Amino acid sequence: MLRINEISKTFDRGSVNEKRALHRISLSLDEGEFVTVIGGNGAGKSTLINCIAGIHQVDTGSIILDGMDITFSPEYKRSRMIGRVFQDPLLGTAFDMTIAENLAIAWAKGKSHGLTAGITRADLALFRERLALLDLGLEERINQKVKLLSGGERQALTLLMATMARPKLLLLDEHTASLDPAIAKKVLYLTSKFVSEEKLTTIMITHNMKAALEYGSRTIMMHEGEIILDLAGEERAEMTVERLIKYFESRSGTRLENDRLLLA
Amino acid sequence: MMNLATVISSVELGVIYALMALGVFISFRTLNMPDLTVDGSFVLGAAVSAVLCTAGHPIMGIVLALAAGALAGGVTALLHTWLKIQPILSGILTMLALYSVNLKVMSNRANIPLLNQKTIFSLPEWVPGSDYAALAVSSMVLLAVMLLLYLFLKTKAGLVLRATGDNEQMVRALGVSTDLTKFIGLVLANALVALSGALIAQYQSFADVGMGIGMVIIGLASVIIGEAVFGTANLLRRLMAVILGAILYRLVIAFALELGMPPTDLKLISAVIVCAALSIPAVKEKFSVLRNKISAARGSKEVSL
Ligand SMILES: Nc1ncnc2c1ncn2[C@@H]1O[C@H](COP(=O)(O)OP(=O)(O)OP(=O)(O)O)[C@@H](O)[C@H]1O
Ligand SMILES: [Mg+2]
Repeated sequence: MLRINEISKTFDRGSVNEKRALHRISLSLDEGEFVTVIGGNGAGKSTLINCIAGIHQVDTGSIILDGMDITFSPEYKRSRMIGRVFQDPLLGTAFDMTIAENLAIAWAKGKSHGLTAGITRADLALFRERLALLDLGLEERINQKVKLLSGGERQALTLLMATMARPKLLLLDEHTASLDPAIAKKVLYLTSKFVSEEKLTTIMITHNMKAALEYGSRTIMMHEGEIILDLAGEERAEMTVERLIKYFESRSGTRLENDRLLLA
Repeated sequence: MMNLATVISSVELGVIYALMALGVFISFRTLNMPDLTVDGSFVLGAAVSAVLCTAGHPIMGIVLALAAGALAGGVTALLHTWLKIQPILSGILTMLALYSVNLKVMSNRANIPLLNQKTIFSLPEWVPGSDYAALAVSSMVLLAVMLLLYLFLKTKAGLVLRATGDNEQMVRALGVSTDLTKFIGLVLANALVALSGALIAQYQSFADVGMGIGMVIIGLASVIIGEAVFGTANLLRRLMAVILGAILYRLVIAFALELGMPPTDLKLISAVIVCAALSIPAVKEKFSVLRNKISAARGSKEVSL
């Protein structure tokens, strides 16, 4: 489904701030595969996802999604095939618009945005049905503005919006990192529910090692712009958080004690 | 107090300027973009309208003014989205360029008088001998525009336009080009501004190359006054608030003139009104901090006593 061939990305090339964020990364995902990504601060995890989404252009290499070369296509065009949930709950929704209006834009994704009615009665019924899946009571608040929702409710809504018009690829960048533990758990649960029900090809960045091993079918670890570990199958099933941390420390030569990777 | 004729002419002006205020509402509020093209596109509309009036085509003048305004908005949008120039600077650049363009349109005259020319306000002989012809014509145009704008903002395209002002990142993540939505928004906004200028020229019977100075501030003042007085509960309410704000602004100005304020102070007053309205949140904040400080000081005194 997704094939990334040797992509590299260096920020501010040629300046004193030059920073190599990705170094010849290759990664292939089969249809329906759910990969979790871990790594220390500045490892390049977000950059990888942002390159796939088209927020950043890669310097070299190519990105093929569902047989289409999207290396040079603009962000908004790729988005028609890609669903995204950001770390910041403010980024996923239009805060001064209602839940229904937000959903209507997500629902229209990839279809032509014409001068047709923004929200029809049938749309509203469908939106209520979908919102009920979140089990947060949002279906009763469908005409409220999003700015009245909590961070967790917004992330759940963004997740729904990202998966509503079934994407070929779902990208999640620490989408539960800024939430309280209880609601974070809920959003994570909803994520795995939607992903498994719809068999979505998914990449999820997380700082929670336990979640990284628990969710999905494959885990990759990044360090200084490279993939230093790619776990799947039995090897992954036998992996523990402790061993994963040891491995990271031996490969990176840094202690993890103060890193938020430990804040599992 | 103001006499009836003054009130009526203020309302007439307010109704025509409301079109411009709706344009400012689209760029500043809906797109959340400080578009300064307005000062230029208003005059552009007036110039095109006046030139065609002198050629005997008042209605064609209005239509072409609308198109010219749209073009000006498009230029600003492209400066911003293609060439990545900051929105505020893009608007200023277009506005500056329009100063020359407007003079060209007016054949290098600073002023085109329209005395004894046929205008759309003199056309409707179906309102025989009425004093309200101008009001009727401009109200009809305004109502049609408001209705169309309302319906448009309720369509899918309209939703995405509103979302662009809220959260560009989200709009792109949902598969829509924000370059395109900004283009559409600025085209629409400046078309309305030029329409307003076109009507003002025919209403006042002249176009002047300097008539757009401070127009964006007047538009903003109308929007802010409208929001403060009439609220922002829903979309229809917001559009009406802008219109009523524009009319209220004209009445306030007329009242100030009546009280003996020299007309040359108008721009100063406009600036002060907008300043005051924009600073309300900051002033409120300062007051509440001050209150807290005072009560904290009182509290500590009681403890030390
Ligand atoms: N837009 C940018 N401009 C310049 N440098 C950037 C930019 N984005 C990221 N970087 C740099 O690239 C490197 C990789 O950053 P990235 O955000 O991908 O890390 P990450 O693995 O997501 O880390 P974290 O766990 O902190 O989110 C960092 O050194 C970062 O400072
Ligand atoms: Mg990151």
